[in-house]
Amino acid sequence: MMKIEEIVQALGLEVKCAKDCLDREVTGGYTGDLLSDVMGNSKAGYIWITRQVHQNIVAVASLKEHSAIILINSSQPTAETMDKAEAEKIPIMVSDLPAFEISGKIYNLLTANS
Amino acid sequence: MAETNQNLYSGTFNIEGGNFNSAGIVSTGIKSTLKKLGIPSDLVRKAAIVSYEAEINVVSYAKKGVMTLTVHPGVVCIEVTDEGPGIPNIDLAMQEGYSTADQRIREMGFGAGMGLCNIRNYSDAFQIESEVGKGTRLKMTITTP
Repeated sequence: MMKIEEIVQALGLEVKCAKDCLDREVTGGYTGDLLSDVMGNSKAGYIWITRQVHQNIVAVASLKEHSAIILINSSQPTAETMDKAEAEKIPIMVSDLPAFEISGKIYNLLTANS
Repeated sequence: MAETNQNLYSGTFNIEGGNFNSAGIVSTGIKSTLKKLGIPSDLVRKAAIVSYEAEINVVSYAKKGVMTLTVHPGVVCIEVTDEGPGIPNIDLAMQEGYSTADQRIREMGFGAGMGLCNIRNYSDAFQIESEVGKGTRLKMTITTP
């Protein structure tokens, strides 16, 4: 397992909010933009990779106890998303890579450290 | 046997139709209530999924709705009644991938036709009744294995 902080450093992610919550362990990952798919199939501790930027992603991540959210293709969270994520202590990071590439890199990091 | 019938919690929460800004607030409250009651985490996780999907359905389709949470030892019961358009064909609505959601809802990542399936899959007992033009009523029970 790795901490969020280690993934941020290894992949050069930009941390947008909840910067004081990066010491959480990442137990796995899930990539998806359909919220019910993520609700049904992701697990606690996962890092969630998505292109959705609206505030409802924070409720999903909080209910599922995800370790963090990564937004792809340099997508920026909305102001409401940032406020909610700060309040719910869900770190949001931004990557300039598309979903396939950032998912592959995180998969490799997690399996190399398991 | 009185202990098993003990009511640990009863509460009712209003859901506002059409307001995606507050969507998830009721299910988030239900989850934290269950955690405070010391309910086992696998039950809490299932209740979070089930209540969230039911809440999103009310927000997406209905004018308003009410969610009721009742907790007995080892049993979590969630009921949702809405004032909405109703579901003409429940068998069709229960099929994964079937959806009547509009473009706006789909762009947000909702309305993929998976919500009712998640509710069924993560409930130990699930009932759905609907009347076109009046509304829909769901009853989900989650129990300790």
